[in-house]
Amino acid sequence: MSINGKAYIVGAFEHPTRKADNQSVAQLHAEVAYGALQDAGLTKDDIDGFFCTGAAPGLGPLNMADYLGLTKLRHFDSTDVGGSSYVMHVGHAAEAISMGLCDIALVTLAGRPRAEAMATGTAPRTWGANVPDDPFEMVYGRTVANVYAMCAMRHMYEFGTTSEQLAWIKVAASHHAQWNEHAMLRKVVTVEDVINSPMVSDPLHRLDCCVISDGGGALILAKPEIAKSLKRPLVKVKGHGEATKNQNAGYTDVTFSGARWSGPRAFEEAGVTPKDIQYASIYDSFTITVLMQLEDLGFCEKGQGGKFVSDGNLISGVGKLPFNTDGGGLCNNHPANRGGMTKVIEAVRQLRGEAHPKVQVPGCTLALAHGTGGLLGTRHGSATVILERE
Amino acid sequence: MPTPASSRALPAIAVDPTNKPYFDAAREGRMLIGLCKDTGKHFWYPRGCSPFTLSNNVELVEAKGTGTVYTFTVMRTKEPYCVAYVELDEGIRVFTNIVDCDLDEVKIGQKVKVVFKPTTGDSPPATMFTPA
Repeated sequence: MSINGKAYIVGAFEHPTRKADNQSVAQLHAEVAYGALQDAGLTKDDIDGFFCTGAAPGLGPLNMADYLGLTKLRHFDSTDVGGSSYVMHVGHAAEAISMGLCDIALVTLAGRPRAEAMATGTAPRTWGANVPDDPFEMVYGRTVANVYAMCAMRHMYEFGTTSEQLAWIKVAASHHAQWNEHAMLRKVVTVEDVINSPMVSDPLHRLDCCVISDGGGALILAKPEIAKSLKRPLVKVKGHGEATKNQNAGYTDVTFSGARWSGPRAFEEAGVTPKDIQYASIYDSFTITVLMQLEDLGFCEKGQGGKFVSDGNLISGVGKLPFNTDGGGLCNNHPANRGGMTKVIEAVRQLRGEAHPKVQVPGCTLALAHGTGGLLGTRHGSATVILERE
Repeated sequence: MPTPASSRALPAIAVDPTNKPYFDAAREGRMLIGLCKDTGKHFWYPRGCSPFTLSNNVELVEAKGTGTVYTFTVMRTKEPYCVAYVELDEGIRVFTNIVDCDLDEVKIGQKVKVVFKPTTGDSPPATMFTPA
């Protein structure tokens, strides 16, 4: 069964806040849900499917469904694979809609790690009790930053990737962020700025790392008949792929990501190839995340990511593959430490022609959004969606 | 300027009924690794099932305790420390720390050997590596 053409993204909303001192996490969920409904031209009681993750307060979807007053639900899903969840939820919502399990699905994300002063990337953290790998990893000071850094170190060793090449990813993101009034970091930076910023975890510098922000976002998906009755541009879900990658019983290889598997699944379902993609939202927790995903999605050969991202190739209007035109996690925001939602939202903006005019890809009809959630060098979720303007 | 390995305080390890034999051996200065008796293959991290067949036909066997650095990073916190994957001579890659050396001199491919470092209170020691 294919979901190609069976569901549309009809509503999208990104919370403008980057530091939510005065809103609870639940309230942020309400605000993004309302924003997406307004965007779609729908109302709360139209929603019969609800998607959130373990980052939502409460037990699965239960407490948020209560808070939001979602009384018509007949389908819900709280699949949690970290930041990639929201890309995956697009696929799962399209599957549910295509099977008639729901007609209009709401996906929400919200969080306030910045207001809560969370050391997202540099303090050891885990996900609850009884995690079987924790006794073999947490004592070693495992953090988000050092697990991604080990991927970068090995990638450099095997393929000759350089810090300057990684820096180009941040440079491109900053070129886009200068036009985004909500972005946390709007200053255009140079390769030198990146490599001269303080080292966080070799070889990743401070400017190789994404921001920590509050906020969130929401999406609404609907079946074709409903989507076509609304007034917004039609953004069709064309393909979806998902995968998990882990340590492979100790025979781990940290130089590639789950995109190697989720990407081809999405491309096959969509019936397109990487060279057809006009805009790509690529998860950017760190610069190395982008580089490895681009390779694994097939935008360039394995090991050639460093060359591919150099010289502005990811800058809209300059390079061959405009990416993260909102400034991405590296410059704009990374709400709740989960960037998959904003990856989908910016892809929707591009396909609607509603990105900032300075970064809008002319005639953008085919876009990709991809997420990596969890830890790149230990175990992570991977989700790819391909979206088309109809 | 060299970056000496810090004497970072190590947190307690969450010992559970399944991984207890591994940590009991660590207290005796021995490093164990998983062996799947269905396939004859080693695995990491130790667990009560085979990640190859899912059967419980597994045992812990003693590793030589030597290997090479597969990848690493130095976390540049106030007390810098080196996180690494070490590839054991048995072929599996183990999440660990490299200690008792100048962290700026750690290299991929470098030969290392196991050492055990005390953690908190009664918690078992952590299995780490140092240049061989």
